[in-house]
Amino acid sequence: MIDILLSLLILTGAIFTFIGSLGLARLRDFYTRLHGPTKATTLGVGCLLIASALYFSVREEGVSLHEVLVTLFLFITAPVSAHLLAKAALHLKLRSLAPTPPDGDGPAD
Amino acid sequence: MRRLLPHPLLTVSLVILWLLLVNQLSAGHLVLGALLGWLIPFATSSFWPERIRIRHPLTLLRFLGVFVIDIVRGSVHVAYLILRGPARLRPVFVAVPLALRSELAISLLANTISLTPGTVSALLSADKRTLVVHTIDTGDAAALVAEIKQRYETPLKKIFEQED
Amino acid sequence: MLSTVIPIAFALVSLAFLLSFWRLLRGPDAPDRILALDTLYVNTIALLVLLGIHLGSAIYFEAALLIAMMGFVGTVALCKYLLRGDIIE
Repeated sequence: MIDILLSLLILTGAIFTFIGSLGLARLRDFYTRLHGPTKATTLGVGCLLIASALYFSVREEGVSLHEVLVTLFLFITAPVSAHLLAKAALHLKLRSLAPTPPDGDGPAD
Repeated sequence: MRRLLPHPLLTVSLVILWLLLVNQLSAGHLVLGALLGWLIPFATSSFWPERIRIRHPLTLLRFLGVFVIDIVRGSVHVAYLILRGPARLRPVFVAVPLALRSELAISLLANTISLTPGTVSALLSADKRTLVVHTIDTGDAAALVAEIKQRYETPLKKIFEQED
Repeated sequence: MLSTVIPIAFALVSLAFLLSFWRLLRGPDAPDRILALDTLYVNTIALLVLLGIHLGSAIYFEAALLIAMMGFVGTVALCKYLLRGDIIE
């Protein structure tokens, strides 16, 4: 039972991690590329970390929860990195598929 | 009380953080964690100008529930869009006028927006009144702004800002 | 069951790693490369966690935690550099 749950978590995690990077490689401008790694990859690694916590809690006696720490850390830092990257990209006026931000100064391309 | 324990929430989080880091629950580590949780707020007090007060714990719980569900929804949504391919995306920048005033609430809103479906916060205007949000695929920008305000901003305002 | 899933997961995460690495080389702009580097850090954490489960050893956790922290600080420092042309103000 635990085995099935673990396998599901690991597989889901790996698939989301892969799709996040696929988005990074495949999409056409910086701002849309930002979405994949921020959401899909973070959730993917979160799933893997929860699987790891579950695995070590079942295998050894005593719960192993320190993976939660990395998970929380990733979920707190991912949006901060994304925000800073988007801000830097707007500052550098990178080419954008979307019309320029409403209060930006001048076109982005 | 306030002089001895300036940030009780921070202290509690630091104790939990310490116990998670050593990955065991023993009396010794509880004492050591409590000591660290008591001392660190003094050392970092200049980073915490305002005292954080949570006014509606139940609203906070409900907000956290919505947040977790939306993280999963957001990842599935972006995964679907990536697999569907870049050709049919309709990316748009939208400006969200902010009703929030405290810095903590604004940063929480920005982080929430970045993790929830289809949106990444990109720029906070200099006067902290507008948040520019990049949306990966939307047909109706106005509806999106209304949803962000209703779904995330209203509970955050209630939790951190509303006087009762 | 676990022994069949873990190699598949390794393959998927390694592919993710390669895709991120491709974006790191390709660019075209500095923010793209920083984003790729940030994603590479997170992919490395995923690989380390998988390795930990595969070998049944928890000693890789500290490495994962350190990579997470250093990765975040590095990304913030690089973004600051792009925004201000300087890291330490």
